[in-house]
This record gives sequence, structure tokens and C-alpha cells, in this order.
Amino acid sequence: MGKITTKNLNLWYGAFQAIKNINSTFAEKNITAIIGPSGCGKSTLLRVFNRMNDLIDGVRMTGEVLFDKENILEEAADLVVLRKKIGMVFQRPNPFPLSVYENIVFGQRIHADINKRSVLDEIVENSLKSVLLWDELKDKLKQSALRLSLEQKQRLCIARLIAVKPDVLLMDEPCSTLDPQATARVEELMRELKNNYTIIIVTHNMQQAARVSDDTGFMLLGELIEFGKTERLFTTPQDKRTEDYITGRYG
Amino acid sequence: MRKIKEFFIEKLILICGLASIFFVVLIFLFLLKEGLSVFITVSPFKFLFGKSWYPISEPAQLGILPLIMGSLLVTLGAAVISVPIGVGCAIYIAEVAPLKLKEILKASIELLVAIPSVVLGFIGMVTLVPLIKNVFHLPTGLTALSGSIMLAFMAMPTIVSIAEDALYSVPKNYKEGALALGATRWQMIWRVMLPAASSGIVAAIMLGIGRVIGETMAVMMITGNSAVLPKSILVPVRTLTATIAAEMGEAVVGSEHYFALFSIGIVLFIISFAINVTADLFLHKRQ
Repeated sequence: MGKITTKNLNLWYGAFQAIKNINSTFAEKNITAIIGPSGCGKSTLLRVFNRMNDLIDGVRMTGEVLFDKENILEEAADLVVLRKKIGMVFQRPNPFPLSVYENIVFGQRIHADINKRSVLDEIVENSLKSVLLWDELKDKLKQSALRLSLEQKQRLCIARLIAVKPDVLLMDEPCSTLDPQATARVEELMRELKNNYTIIIVTHNMQQAARVSDDTGFMLLGELIEFGKTERLFTTPQDKRTEDYITGRYG
Repeated sequence: MRKIKEFFIEKLILICGLASIFFVVLIFLFLLKEGLSVFITVSPFKFLFGKSWYPISEPAQLGILPLIMGSLLVTLGAAVISVPIGVGCAIYIAEVAPLKLKEILKASIELLVAIPSVVLGFIGMVTLVPLIKNVFHLPTGLTALSGSIMLAFMAMPTIVSIAEDALYSVPKNYKEGALALGATRWQMIWRVMLPAASSGIVAAIMLGIGRVIGETMAVMMITGNSAVLPKSILVPVRTLTATIAAEMGEAVVGSEHYFALFSIGIVLFIISFAINVTADLFLHKRQ
């Protein structure tokens, strides 16, 4: 039983079908990569899981997405609770124009769980430590988050998520704005986070998928062409189209 | 031939550009020359903080504190009314309203700018003034409050359109980030969008207030024009602008009174200038 399971999932933007009948299972405390050329629907699929597509007018979905056995596509699904459990890291790091500290406690403030200073301080420290930023930023907590480097910003965004204790981390090309060294460090961080979180990462960088993920899904034109263990998929792809893609024939 | 044409057009545009600066400088110098003459007979301190304005008595008393207080009171009242409504309206248009309603609201707010101030003043005179009189049981409805309410209508379009612009230009990924963390729409607006757009919103407020403080016609018609230090917002007041407009026609050219009116002009100029510079600072901070 996976953490997230899709059954006959279809999605339309108006008349355009972006996701075609996807059945897949995302295992708990694993990193699953979704790869494919631009416009194949991989980001759209990721945004189904926290219902971010709802922000776009004219989106229609059919099928089921089970998260801990509950269908999150139901009208009655509580998006606030859902998004608290399934957090997202975006392509461009998007810390809020607030201080480092306020960025991390943002989740606490909106969910109004805790407001005690000492508890918040502890959350900030733990979250920053878990993304390996504490030593760099412990004296700069009052500084605006917009003044950090790109890598620090992306780590901060991950810390901001971890602070609300989600189950799942969705990552939408989290390294596409980072240089190779920073990318390597963020990948290292992902491997570490895997112990506590289920991670689904969308990337157009096949090497990255091969490096960090346990499972990989290959998407093309809205379809999930192949899905399986990363090692197996990259060494012995079963579908001709997967093979063409990973050997660089298109994409 | 082509080169000569280019040359002339270039120079022509240069002259146009310089002309506007030249005229501004001329106006300012004229204002200074006429306005500063009053300080030969009255000290600047007595002028600014004198409590009585009796320009045609013998000897003339030229203290403009009642006028400054009148302007401040009306402006402050207008700000208290127009800022919350204007910012609220901007939030509604930028974030909440469905597309169609958004278009209608924006168009009607622009229409509000098109109403001449004398018409607003007239409408205020026949509707608002009697209302204020009856509601508060006053001897007259021509009060600072009436002026504030009417001027709030004039500040609102500026505040709404600039604040809406500021909110609209908050990067989409801030909003997505907030929503993806489970924020409700209101939490997203309050905790992310307003801080992100704050400098633009402050600029919007300043420009709205700038418009109010320079307004003349409507305030002259409905604030009662009594140059006395106001004790509450429910008494008649007279503003700096209304004083110049009302008295310039009667003042003898070259008299103390005449120079004093120009000095009021300088004071107004400084206030408007300060407000515009502040607004500008905030607008640039945004970019």
C-alpha cells in the first residue's frame, strides 16, 4: 500500500487533456521521481496532489487520488488540512518578503497551533538544523529572507515546510535555478529527509532522477508511460519511448 | 538632408523638455518673491503659529494656524474614512472579485475621478450638509466632517487604483507558497500580500492624501469657511486652499494681505512637495 495512489486519473484544462488515465502508487518514505519532456504533464500531476491546480480556472478532474486511503479529489476534502500534510517546494525559491524567522514560523502562525515564543524558537532551530542552515543563519534570523543566496532560499523554503510537519514533500524542479554544487547539496538533503518524509520530485534532469530516487515514472504527452524501480527503469526500460527518452533521442 | 531633420527634431524635443522645468522654476520663484515679502512685517513664527487670521482689520493679524489646523483636520478625517475603504476595495478588486465584477468596479472607480470637484461639492451641499446637521443636531451642517466625507470620495480612486496595482504586482509565487502551506485566502492576503505590497500601499495613501490637501472647490463649498481654531470635527473650518481662493479676489495687490496669501501658497507647496516625495520614496523602494 502506497502513501499516495492514483486511480484512472484524468485532468483537463478546458478542452485540453493534460493528464490521461494515470494509475500509480507512490511508496511511503521513498523518493519518487517523475521525469519527462517539457509539457508532458509532470508538474500538473504533482499539483494534483495538493490541489494547487484548483487555482486555475477551467480545471476538471476525474478518477481518484487516495492519500492515506482518503480520496482527496472529493468536493468535501479540506484543502487546508491537505496542504498542511502535503507540502510543496517550488521551482523558483519563494521565501516570503519577511524575516528568516517569520518565514519558518509562518505555518505555525496560520495554523495557530502554538504561539509561545520558546516553542517557536525551538521549531525555528530544529527546522533550520534539518536543512543544514542553522550554523549559517542562526545570527541572521531577523534578516530579510530575500537577501539570502538562491540555495539558502530554497533550503529555507524546505525548512518552512518541515516546520508544519507534513507527511509528503512535493518538489517541483527544486534545483533548476541552482548551480551544480548547490544541487548536489540539496540532493544530499533530500536523501536525508527521505527517512522521515515521502518525497515526490518532478525533474527534467534525468541524471538527478537517477541519483536520488528510488522509483521513477516517465511521462509523455499526459500519459504515464512507464513506472518502476529507478535502477530498473534506467537500465532496462521496457517501453521503446522510455528508452528513446533516457538515451537522449528527444526531450 | 535626413541628418538636418534629425538635428532639428532632437533640438525641438530638448526645448520642450527644458520648457517644463523652466516654467516650474519661474512659478516657484514668483511664489517665493511674493510670498516671502510678508515676512518683512510679520515674523515667520508668528505667521505659522499665530492663532488669529484677520487680514483686513487694522492692524492686520496674519496667523495661519487656524487654517493649517483646518486643512489638517479635514485631511485627517478624509484619510480615516478613505484609507480603510480604499485599501479594502483594492484588496477586493485584486484578489477576491470575480473577473466581470472586477472590470465593472475598476471602470466605476475611474468614473469617480471624472466627477469635477465643484459637482461633488454641490452634491455634498444639498445632501450631506443637511444630513450632518440633522444627525448631530448642529446649528449648521457646514463642518469639517462634511468636508472630510466629500474629500474621501476624491482620495478613494487614487488610493484604490495605486494600491490595487501594488497588490496585483505581488509575485504569484508568494501566493502559491502561502496557499501550499495551507493558508486560507484571507491569511494569504493578510500575512503575505499586504506586507509584500506595503510600500506601494503607503505610496497610494500618500498620493490620495496629496490630492485631498490640495483640493479647493469642494471644501470651500461645504466646510463653512470660518477661520477659527477648530475644537472638534463638527464645527466649520477653513482650509489653506479655500482661504487663497476666497480672498485673492479682494486682496489689494501689493498689500500685506496679498503677500500673506502667497505665503500660504508656499506652505501648501511645501506640504504637497513633502507628501509627493514621501510617496515617491515608497514607490521606488518597491522597485
